[in-house]
Amino acid sequence: MAQALVKPKIPVEKQVLMTVNGNEAVAYAVKQSLVDVVAAYPITPQTIIVEKFSEFVANGEVDTVFVPVESEHSAMSACVGAAAAGARVFTATSSQGLALMVEILYIASALRLPIVMAVANRALSAPINIHNDHSDAYLMRDAGWIQLFAENVQEAYDTTIQAFKIAEDERVLLPVAVNLDGFFLSHTLENIYMLPDESVREFLGGYRRVSKVKVDYFDEEVPLALNPARPLSFGNLDLYDYYFEHKVQQVEAMKSVPEVVREVNEEWFKLTGRRYGDGIMDGYGIEDADIILLAMGSGAGTMRSVVRKLRREGLRVGLLKLRMFRPFPFKDIADKLKNAKLVAVMEKGISPGSYGPLFLEVNTALYELKERPLLVNYIYGLGGRDLVPDMVENMVKGLFKELETGLVQPRLRYLGVRE
Amino acid sequence: MAQQAGWRSLPKGGVAFRLSTDYKTGDWRALKPVIDYNKCTKCMLCWLFCPDMAIVWDGENVVVNYDYCKGCGICANECPVKAISMVPEA
Repeated sequence: MAQALVKPKIPVEKQVLMTVNGNEAVAYAVKQSLVDVVAAYPITPQTIIVEKFSEFVANGEVDTVFVPVESEHSAMSACVGAAAAGARVFTATSSQGLALMVEILYIASALRLPIVMAVANRALSAPINIHNDHSDAYLMRDAGWIQLFAENVQEAYDTTIQAFKIAEDERVLLPVAVNLDGFFLSHTLENIYMLPDESVREFLGGYRRVSKVKVDYFDEEVPLALNPARPLSFGNLDLYDYYFEHKVQQVEAMKSVPEVVREVNEEWFKLTGRRYGDGIMDGYGIEDADIILLAMGSGAGTMRSVVRKLRREGLRVGLLKLRMFRPFPFKDIADKLKNAKLVAVMEKGISPGSYGPLFLEVNTALYELKERPLLVNYIYGLGGRDLVPDMVENMVKGLFKELETGLVQPRLRYLGVRE
Repeated sequence: MAQQAGWRSLPKGGVAFRLSTDYKTGDWRALKPVIDYNKCTKCMLCWLFCPDMAIVWDGENVVVNYDYCKGCGICANECPVKAISMVPEA
């Protein structure tokens, strides 16, 4: 988080300092974002988000329609229906709940519905585990959603509000998943700054505005939303004559996302004095680094503190925190990593029989370079295993030794597992 | 076939851009319902049950709109006086 040199529109002393955990922070962000419909099903570690939000509904503090459903499959289905009707929609889930939603996740993105979903990241069964890793986020990798990762509770709050703006942008119209690490963020108290309600309202431009569409059976453009007065049909059968075009249209929409994420990040900076790198990634000491660690989520915080310590000891090490996993910023990543000798991709998830999904993307990104850094993949923290600073420190020091010998093998490694 | 739109010009999200009545689904049919008006009591059950609204009331009788009838046979099955027979398409 960079500090503002220019005075933000809402300086810190006019923001509200609150002690909340990550889930409550998200619930407050949703409360301030004028959400029309929330449909959700409880699951650890996400439960507090909708629990807290249902209190706002019960107390009459929001105008939101809260739909308690019987499963996550139904939750996302209700979100699709509401979003197709023009509502601003939010839901939240984790792990197995997300797995149950998968069928509808693909539909939400293909219908171009700007739903925002918080994912309190948790390991997938089996063995059953309620703690944090990124297996669930990787599960929805190909579902056509924008995926953003928060490093701390403040960022979870900020990102949730930003997500509505990104999703609803005319150039985008895609759903956004805001990932926050289960327990490490979802249940951890942090002092954060919240904006006054009216500032969030202004930032988002009030309630959701629906884009327009031109169809053959209405003379004028009509709002792209379900309405009995001017009926539109969503989710139609689409065979070999049009499916391909519609898919390409959806895939191409992802190309506008980085630009919008950067703009929203800058706008947020001018408003609050807070920004997260360029919105897509945030480098720390990477300019002259021989070894760069690449990470997403709360682990980046731990790694940054280790990098800071090792820098003081004179080691040329840096951290690149990735905030946006989908769409994946191939070119930017290659740009940031190109001068390093070695890059360690730090991941809380793996595709069995392959590498971590993030590693595969970074590998692809670096292929474009004539001279590439060496690349290793560390899988850490599965099922909520702690990432201890000493562990990272020893890992980095070991990597420097390997660099000296010139032999960096194997590429896939585990950090913090017993043999 | 008319020129089909490319991905740049199609409406977003796969929303239907033409009316469904533009598609004459009657040519899916293998069996054709034929109404025997000597038996028909004009009870309207076929009209009520037809899932494609392909049975219409013309003011005096129920008639089949063959442009959209897919030949599912529900009308023949529901007819209490067996006035509708399903005849193979020529």
